[in-house]
Amino acid sequence: MHQPNPIETTQLSVVLRNQPVLTDVSLTVKEGDFIGIIGPNGAGKSVLLKTILGLIPPTSGQVRVFGLPPAAARGLVGYVPQFANFDVQFPITVERVVLAACLARGRASKWQFRYSAHDRDVARQSLARVGMLDFAERQIGKLSGGQVQRVLIARALTIQPRLLLLDEPTASLDTPIGGTIYELLKELSPTMSIVLISHDIGVLSRHVKTIACLNIRLHYHHSKELTTEMVETAYGCPVDLIAHGHAHRVLENHGEGE
Amino acid sequence: MIEALSYPFFQNALLAGLLASVATGVIGSFVVVKRISSLSGGLSHAAFGGVGLGYLIGISPMLGALGFGLLAALIISAVYLHRQGSLDSLISMVWSVGMALGVVFIAMTPGYVPDLSSYLFGNILFVPRQFLLYALLVDLLVCLCVFLLFNRLELVCFDEEFANVVGVRAGLIFTALLLLIALVVVTLIRVVGVILTIALLTTPAVIARQWSDDLGRMMALAVGISGFCVVGGLFLSYWLAAAHAWNIPTGPLIILIATLVFGVSAIVHKRCHTS
Repeated sequence: MHQPNPIETTQLSVVLRNQPVLTDVSLTVKEGDFIGIIGPNGAGKSVLLKTILGLIPPTSGQVRVFGLPPAAARGLVGYVPQFANFDVQFPITVERVVLAACLARGRASKWQFRYSAHDRDVARQSLARVGMLDFAERQIGKLSGGQVQRVLIARALTIQPRLLLLDEPTASLDTPIGGTIYELLKELSPTMSIVLISHDIGVLSRHVKTIACLNIRLHYHHSKELTTEMVETAYGCPVDLIAHGHAHRVLENHGEGE
Repeated sequence: MIEALSYPFFQNALLAGLLASVATGVIGSFVVVKRISSLSGGLSHAAFGGVGLGYLIGISPMLGALGFGLLAALIISAVYLHRQGSLDSLISMVWSVGMALGVVFIAMTPGYVPDLSSYLFGNILFVPRQFLLYALLVDLLVCLCVFLLFNRLELVCFDEEFANVVGVRAGLIFTALLLLIALVVVTLIRVVGVILTIALLTTPAVIARQWSDDLGRMMALAVGISGFCVVGGLFLSYWLAAAHAWNIPTGPLIILIATLVFGVSAIVHKRCHTS
């Protein structure tokens, strides 16, 4: 029997407050995939991730994560939200924020009440990977927005997930740090499948293996090439996609200058 | 002042206050960091309905308060978890319906009409012996639960969404927290009364938060501050009665002392962090 895919959605639709947010999305993510999803504001990108996480129930269609309903796959999936949706005044250190990931199902025994020395090692390694180890003892509110973002990535890594979902992880990072985060993800991608949401097509295209376009409906051909048609259907209007000196060609030849 | 300690009723009150402070500091810290003080206020006012029912059907009013408090905790957590309707308006409803039921039940009670003010503002100087046992049991239960569930409680209070993502049963943990709050609130009805409960639950924890960036340390500090305020209030009310023949209830004095400590702490804290 072959391994079930990390993500398998079939004709997934989500309606929130009578508005269709996702329509007929069938997405397959295979082991080792590194997919970037682009799309305009309100295209349902975050909702797609939250549906895969089981935080938003599908209106119709099906979501399977490693062959399981999302709620049963918890502990296998890491998640980096777009915004820190917690109170930064909370009296908690960076280290304990990251350590909380050790409570993930399958990692922590139900009867383990304290974080173990091993938990601490894993948490500190994750912090080191995002360059935040020096801030381990800092209260979470005493960090900049970009630093919080890196802590959230470290927290997701500490789950040691088999599938990692990231929602605009580099939105509040400056370019050099953002670059190292992409390098880190590239380094991780053989060991886990990664789905990354971004609005920055240029940066995304340099690092991910394949790109999908989402605007309520999904346009995905399991390739890195974005056709102008894909982008235009997704964004609903012609988009200026002239690459600014990127090493890779993302767009098909579209007869520019003829 | 010291001679106060030789009176058994004063010893009782002191012990009751210190026992109540342990659970108050620990649970109050969760109430403050999770920002659910209005919810806790709702629970204490709901418990007042149970006081009235206790008089009406002839059981211990504190037992009635406990039942109503726990029931209100379950209702609020069920609504909170299913996000049906607005939590804010539900809390107001639970809050005032509890008071209304309490007054109605007491009015229906035939014969002797008890003095409500001891439930509204507390009456720690005349706590019965069995209250000490109740406060001790609540302390043990609270400390045991918090010791065992600390990491999970911290995560659920800090980031409920992430708790769900990693498969921690956030709903169950939150319900457990509300039930513990209800237990503590019922203890505090004896100490400072229904109306002042939120103040004693939150003020020491808010002061403690100013001086610690760690939830565990915040709790320890809140227990100490709460103990200080309760003991201070007891001695102050004894002294006012002994020296000036002013009979001022202890509960409001405890709250005023806590507020004073908060003011001083805020000023000192600001000085420390600007210079």
